Amino acid sequence: MPETLTKFIFGRLTLESLPLHEPIVVATFVVVALGGLAVLGAITYFKLWTYLWREWFTSVDHKKIGIMYMVLGLVMLLRGFSDAIMMRLQQAIAFNGSDGYLNAHHYDQIFTAHGVIMIFFVAMPFVTGLMNFVVPLQIGARDVSFPFLNNFSFWMTVGGAILVMASLFVGEFARTGWLAYPPLSGINYSPDVGVDYYIWALQVAGVGTTLSGINLICTIVKMRAPGMTMMRMPIFTWTSLCTNVLIVASFPVLTAVLTLLALDRYVGTNFFTNDFGGNPMMYVNLIWIWGHPEVYILILPLFGVFSEVTSTFSGKRLFGYTSMVYATVVITILSYLVWLHHFFTMGSGASVNSFFGITTMIISIPTGAKMFNWLFTMYRGRIRFELPMMWTVAFMLTFVVGGMTGVLLAVPPADFVLHNSLFLIAHFHNVIIGGVLFGLFAGIAYWWPKAFGFRLDPFWGKVSFWCWVLGFWFAFMPLYILGLMGVTRRMRVFDDPSLQIWFVIAASGAVLIAAGIAAFLVQIFVSIRKRAELADATGDPWDGRTLEWSTSSPPPAYNFAFTPVIRDNDAWFDMKRAGYRRPLSGFKPIHMPKNTGTGVVLAVFSVALGFGLIWYIWWLAALSFVCLIATAIGHTFNYHRDFDIPAAEVAQTEEARTTLLAAQGARA
Amino acid sequence: MKRSGALLLFPLAVLLSGCDFVVLAPAGDVAVQQRDLLVVSTLLMLLIIVPVMALTVLFAWRYRQSSTTATYTPDWDHSTKLELVIWAAPLLIIICLGALTWLGTHLLDPYRRIDRIEPGQPVTQNHKPLRVEVVALDWKWLFIYPDYGIASVNELAAPVNQPIDFRITSSRVMNSFYIPALAGQIYAMPAMETKLHAVINRPGIYTGFSANYSGAGFSGMRFAFHGVSDQAFTDWVAQAKSAQSTLTRKTYLELERPSENEPVRHYASVDPDLYGAILNLCVEPGKMCMNEMMSIDAKGGLGLAGVRNTLPLQYDKLARRGAVFGSDPSYVASICTAEEAAAASRAARNDDEKSWPLRDLSPLRGVGLLAPGAGSRRADAGMPSLGLLRFEL
Repeated sequence: MPETLTKFIFGRLTLESLPLHEPIVVATFVVVALGGLAVLGAITYFKLWTYLWREWFTSVDHKKIGIMYMVLGLVMLLRGFSDAIMMRLQQAIAFNGSDGYLNAHHYDQIFTAHGVIMIFFVAMPFVTGLMNFVVPLQIGARDVSFPFLNNFSFWMTVGGAILVMASLFVGEFARTGWLAYPPLSGINYSPDVGVDYYIWALQVAGVGTTLSGINLICTIVKMRAPGMTMMRMPIFTWTSLCTNVLIVASFPVLTAVLTLLALDRYVGTNFFTNDFGGNPMMYVNLIWIWGHPEVYILILPLFGVFSEVTSTFSGKRLFGYTSMVYATVVITILSYLVWLHHFFTMGSGASVNSFFGITTMIISIPTGAKMFNWLFTMYRGRIRFELPMMWTVAFMLTFVVGGMTGVLLAVPPADFVLHNSLFLIAHFHNVIIGGVLFGLFAGIAYWWPKAFGFRLDPFWGKVSFWCWVLGFWFAFMPLYILGLMGVTRRMRVFDDPSLQIWFVIAASGAVLIAAGIAAFLVQIFVSIRKRAELADATGDPWDGRTLEWSTSSPPPAYNFAFTPVIRDNDAWFDMKRAGYRRPLSGFKPIHMPKNTGTGVVLAVFSVALGFGLIWYIWWLAALSFVCLIATAIGHTFNYHRDFDIPAAEVAQTEEARTTLLAAQGARA
Repeated sequence: MKRSGALLLFPLAVLLSGCDFVVLAPAGDVAVQQRDLLVVSTLLMLLIIVPVMALTVLFAWRYRQSSTTATYTPDWDHSTKLELVIWAAPLLIIICLGALTWLGTHLLDPYRRIDRIEPGQPVTQNHKPLRVEVVALDWKWLFIYPDYGIASVNELAAPVNQPIDFRITSSRVMNSFYIPALAGQIYAMPAMETKLHAVINRPGIYTGFSANYSGAGFSGMRFAFHGVSDQAFTDWVAQAKSAQSTLTRKTYLELERPSENEPVRHYASVDPDLYGAILNLCVEPGKMCMNEMMSIDAKGGLGLAGVRNTLPLQYDKLARRGAVFGSDPSYVASICTAEEAAAASRAARNDDEKSWPLRDLSPLRGVGLLAPGAGSRRADAGMPSLGLLRFEL
C-alpha cells in the first residue's frame, strides 16, 4: 500500500504507536484484555445483552443513570489508584542511584493520568451519580427535567473515559501534569498524541458534565414537590444546586481554554505559545478559573451528604439550616474569586497576591461555620454509629487538618516555600480523600439500601473504613513532613537517601488504602450474597428525614405514586410524625419518558470524532462529525418519547409494597 | 497506656530528628521570615482547629446512642447566640490572619529589595547587591554574573550577608527557581522575567532545584548553592575566570539543547547581551527580538503589510514536528536587525554599494509584496529604497 494511502487511512497511527516496548503496559493490557473478555463472555453466556441494553444503557431513569455513573466512577477508581500505587512504589525505591522501575516517559504519563482520572473520571462521576440518584427523590420528582439529556450526558462522560483508557494501549497519554500547562503542552514540546488524548477526552466528557449541570439546575428549580420552597429543600439538594451552578458557570471556561490549546496545536494559532504574542500565563489563569470552582464542585455535594447523615444518625434536626444554606451560597460565590492562589509564585505582585490570599481565607469562614453546624447537630443528639456516621466523624477529624494546611498555603509568603511541594500534595489529598472520598463512602453506605433494597454488610464496611482512614494518614502525613524538608512534587528519582524512609511509609499507607478498596469491593460482593439477610422492606432503614425515604427501596420507576406535599424541611420526618398513611387507592396513569439509544450512539460518534482528531485521521473525524450532527438532528424527529404507566400497573406495584410492609409489620 | 504511647512516639522522634527540615530551619533571612509567618499562621489556626477536633471527639462520645445520661433534644436546631459565635470565631481568626497576610506579602514580596541582612542589621550603602541572571534550561540551570562577566551551569555561589538580586527567565518551558534554604520560589518563564531578592546568612552548601515540572529531565534539574565567605567567593570567581570555555551566542545555543543531569561547568566570559537576547527569544543571529517587535507594534506596527510580514520569532519552531496542515505558513524571513539597519545606513551614506547587504527591504514599506510561497525573494532585486530607514535613523 502506498505510503500516502496508509497515511490517509490511519493518520499518524502506526504499529509503532502501540506501546509494545513497555513491558508493564503490555502486561496491563493482557490482564485488562483477559478481564474484559471474561466480562463480555459472561454477559453473552448469561444472555444479558438485551437486558443491559433495554434496562440500563438506553434507560432515561435518573436512578439507573445515577447507578451507572457510580459504576463508572468505581471502575475508573481502580485505574486511577493503580497509577497512584505505581507512583508510590517508584518514589519508594528510586534512591541511591537507582532509577526505579519506571522511565521518565512512563512515569510522567502516570502522574498526569492519575490526576486527570481521579478528578474527571472518578470524583466527577461519583458526585454526579449521587446527585442524579438522590436529588429527584429528595424533591419528590419523578425524573429529572430532561431525561434523555441525562442519558446522553452519562454516555459522553463514558466516552471521555474510553478515550483516556485507550491512551494506555494505543499511543500514549500526556506527560504534562494534570492541567497541561503550556508551553510544555504546546505542539513544540509535546508533539505526540498524549496532549491530544487529554484535550479530546476532557472535551467529550465536558459536554456531558455541562449538560448534566443544566439538567439538574432545571430539575431543582422547576420540579420540586408542591410546598417545597427553596428554604425547605434538603441540604443535599441545596449543595447540589450550588454545585451545578458552579458546573454550568465554570466548565465552559475549561472547554474554551482547551479549545484554544487545541487551536494552538492543530492550526498554528498562538494563544499560549512563547512567541507571536502568545501568553502561557493566560492559560494558567483560565484553567484555574475553572479549576478552583471545580474543587468546590466536588466537595459541596459531599458537605450535603454529611449534613444529611449527621442529622439522620443523630436523630435531630440539622442545626442552623439557614446558616448552612447561606454558607453554601457564599462558598459558591467566593470560589470564583480565589483562583490566583494556585500561582502566587508567578509574580503578580504583593497587592494582587494578598487580595487572592485573603479571599481564600474568607472561604474558610463559611466552611468553619458548616463544621460547627455539624458539631451542634451532634450536640444533644442520639448518635448511632452506623457506617455513614463513622465516615462523617472521620471526615470531621481529617478535613479540619486539610483545611488548616489550605489556609496556610493561602498566605502567599508561606506558599512561596511550600508551593508545588509534597506539602501541597498532602494538603489537597487531605481535603479530597478526607472530604470527597469519605463523603462518597458515607453517601454510598447511606443510600445503598434505597437503591437496591438491602443494606451493605457492616463488617466489611468497617474493615474498609479503617483501612482507608489509617491508610490515608500513613500515606499523606509523610508527604506533609517531606514538604517541610523542601521536597517537590512529580520527582522520579531522589539523591538524598535520608528521605527514603518517608516514601516507604507513604507507600505502606497506599497499600493500606488498596486493602480498603479491596474490602469495599468485598463488601459489595458479600452484601449481594447476603441480600436476603440484609434486606430492608420498609424503604426507610435509617429512620430518615427526607422524602427519598418515603418511597419503596428500590423506588418504583415513577418514584412516587402521588406527588407528596411538603410542609417542613425535614419533609418525611414531618410526615411520619403527623401520622402519614400511604394512599392505597385512587391511582392514576403516570406519564413517563421513554428509553432511547440515541445517547449511546451520539457518544460513540463523539469517541470516533475524538479518536480521528487525536490521530489525524481526518476522514474519520469528518465522517463521525457529520454522523453526530445528523443523529442529533434526527433525534429531534423522534416523537415517541413518552408513555403512560397504566393505573392498573401502578396499583399493582403499590399493592406489592403494601404486602411487603404488612409482612414486615407482622414480623415486627 | 502512657508508656506505650511514649514507646510508639519514640521511633517517630528518632525519624524526625534525623531529618533536615530546611523549610523550618533555613539559612537565609527571607526564608527565615517566611518560616516565621508559616509558624505564626499555624498557631493562629490551631486556636480554632484544636477545639473543633476536641469537641468532635467529645460530642461523638458523649451523645452516643448507648449513653443513657446524655440529654436528647431532637427538635433543637437554632440558637442565635451560638450562630454568632460560630461565625464570629473563624471571622476573628481570619481578620488577624488577613492582616498578617497583607503585611507579610508586601514585606516579603520577592520583587522588593530586601532592607535587612539579619534582624537588627539593616541594608546600608556599603551593601552592594550581587546581581545574578538565572536561566532555566531543559534541564539544567545557567547562572550569569553580569558584574563579573562569568557564568556557571548547575552551580551558584554567593557571599554570605550580601543582598542578591536575581533576574530569572527560562529558555523553553515553565520552571520554578527554588532554593529552600535561601528564600521562597518564583516561576521561571520563557520570554518573561521574574525577580527575587534574598540574602544568605550562614555559609554552607544548599540544594536548589526546579519546583515546577518541566519534562523528562525534571528530576535531575538540581544545583548546588554555595553560601561562602567574601574571600571564598573571590576565589570562586577567579576559578570561574580560569575556565577554558566562554559563553557566546553560539555556545549558548549548544548548551540550550535538552540534556539531563548536566555536570557543573564554568564559563570564563559571557556575551554581555546574551541574557537580554535569551529573554527576548532572539539568541539565533538574524532573529528580531521580542522587545524590538513590541516597540514596532507600540508605534503602530507595520500596517496591513505586517500581517504577512510579521517576522517569525521562530525560537521554538525548530522543534516543531507533526504540523497538521502541512508545513508552517511562510513568512518573510527577516526584517533587518538594529545592527543591520545601522550598517545599511552607513552604507547608504558612503554610497558604497559593495558593503550593502543584498536584501530586499521593500516589504518594510508594504509594497512589492510577494504572495506567500510565490517564488523566492531575489537577493539581487535591485537597489532597495531606504526612505523609511533614512527617516528613522
